[in-house]
Amino acid sequence: MPNPLVARVRALLIPISISAPFIPLLHRVRGRDLLPPLVAKILRKSSWFLLVFLGITLVSFCVIHLAPGSPSDLEITMNPLADAQVHKRLTEFYGLDKPLHEQYIAWLKRLLQCDFGNSMSSDGRPVIQKILERLPLTLWLNTTTLILTLLLAVPIGVMAARHRGGLFDKATTLLVFIGFSMPGFWLALLLMVFFSIELQWLPLSGLTSLDYASFTPWEKARDIAGHLALPVFIATFSSLAGMSRFMRASVLEVLRQDYILTARAKGLPERMVMFRHALKNALLPVITLLGLAVPGLIGGSVILEYIFSLPGMGQLFYNAVMARDYPLIMGNLVLGAILTLIGNLLADFCYSLVDPRIRAGINFHGTGE
Amino acid sequence: MTKARIRYLLQCHALLWAGLCIVCVMSLGAILAPWLSTHNPLQLDLDAILLPPGPEHFFGTDTLGRDVFSRMLHGARVSLWIGFVSVGIAVCIGTTLGLIAGYFRGLIDECVMRFVDVMLCFPSFFLILAVIAFLEPSLTNIMIIIGLTSWMGVARLVRAETLSLRERDFVHAARLAGASSIRILLCHILPNAIAPMLVSATLGIAGAILVESSLSFLGIGVQHPLPSWGNILIEGKQTLGIAWWLSLFPGLAILFTVLGYNLLGEGLRDFFDPRIAR
Repeated sequence: MPNPLVARVRALLIPISISAPFIPLLHRVRGRDLLPPLVAKILRKSSWFLLVFLGITLVSFCVIHLAPGSPSDLEITMNPLADAQVHKRLTEFYGLDKPLHEQYIAWLKRLLQCDFGNSMSSDGRPVIQKILERLPLTLWLNTTTLILTLLLAVPIGVMAARHRGGLFDKATTLLVFIGFSMPGFWLALLLMVFFSIELQWLPLSGLTSLDYASFTPWEKARDIAGHLALPVFIATFSSLAGMSRFMRASVLEVLRQDYILTARAKGLPERMVMFRHALKNALLPVITLLGLAVPGLIGGSVILEYIFSLPGMGQLFYNAVMARDYPLIMGNLVLGAILTLIGNLLADFCYSLVDPRIRAGINFHGTGE
Repeated sequence: MTKARIRYLLQCHALLWAGLCIVCVMSLGAILAPWLSTHNPLQLDLDAILLPPGPEHFFGTDTLGRDVFSRMLHGARVSLWIGFVSVGIAVCIGTTLGLIAGYFRGLIDECVMRFVDVMLCFPSFFLILAVIAFLEPSLTNIMIIIGLTSWMGVARLVRAETLSLRERDFVHAARLAGASSIRILLCHILPNAIAPMLVSATLGIAGAILVESSLSFLGIGVQHPLPSWGNILIEGKQTLGIAWWLSLFPGLAILFTVLGYNLLGEGLRDFFDPRIAR
């Protein structure tokens, strides 16, 4: 027996979400502002996000469903006992016989009620459950990577910019180019051979050792850390290149500004100029980059998880694609899209938090970007 | 040209020259693959399985006894071909949309740029993975998909360039002389926007080669028996610890090729816009 309140909220969700994109259009009626500017801005932003979200899901849905072959085909070809009748029944069971737009709307309706559907694989468990049990590992892996990258990239970028053309700058530039060009999966193979096979320092793959259950909590933590050391190192190395290069360019840009000249002219020590005046401003663009990195928190490690056999989101997605598990694929893509949008929103928000010019709504660059 | 001048040019654009050298060597290897390769890349030889590198097989042989050196030369063709064609597709789409958005402004600009934003929000590697796995993973499909998911950067660059170029005097002059919009776009604006396009295309080739090798490594890229660097690396993974040459050489090839294009791209950027470099 469903709760009547829940049912009412669910019934309201659909009309609200459909009308949301049009709310901002109402904010100016006959030249008068109906809403305070900040509220209008937030509304405009969120309605834009809703549109993007619809766009992403619509395109993904069409691409995935229009591609030749279907989950029911796959299950039939694997099973010699199944005939055309079974195939038809399976197709009807999954609702794949309906026209595409009906399928999409039905899927969207269920999504609005936070129901991602059930997996089409043989276990038939809810998609959300399957994702949630894989999420922590991937999230943990990528957050550690992101934090490590930031901790390393900022000092490297600042040092390289400060002593531009020096030995350190040249060395890091070389490292950056190699990091940019290094295929992560190849580095993974090399390090696996070196650390796991030659030296036998680190376990080869997986998340836990075979005798994991018998370990004490301390040994368990050490075991998992050992298994994750290589993936975290490789992911950090790949993203470090871009981040430190970006940081260097950002610091160089700031060092050209007049206020740095002023700070130097009034005799401030170089350390003060660097950290008080330059670094603060140079960190601004990093916020945008961090916002862009948020979707990578769940999707960035498909290949690493594949190589190291880590049971995370990337592996889940790879298996879902291989099994043509439509609801699971869509669930992953939706989660990715939501995270991307949240990342954008957070970046915008933080930007206006730290940059008074943006908070005041003054646009210094002339364009609407 | 004096010696001093040549030395100056070499010093000034070290990145450019380094990149150019690598790219030229790799391209030559790819073009001359049929003549340089010592064996047939598809020829199985069950007497010569997993031989280490030696005078007969420079880079050793794989699990089916095929010569890795010859396979890599032919794999270079596949990689470079994919890089060029997919970037060509991306540049065509990006340039067209960027020119139109930047030149006509207004509603068209708004729509195109919003579309670009939507495309940038896509979890693109997920999508590429899904599409390639669903369609037949063939060369053509890979090139098209990579092209269709990587044009946004070019579109933004070209739009920005067009926005500033359309206000320049020579464009006004052309318009006064009665040139049509298409003529202005193709003959006056496009040639002046070539430099940033070239840079982003060069960097795009590097990216496309990396994506292709990742896809091949996951087993849904270029399919057997066609050789590709990613394909050879799969066998490298399977024989990890037994046959190091199957992992080392194709990886080095990918690394150097991508490095070459990255260096070339950065070098070109410095070359066209010395303000940033100095």
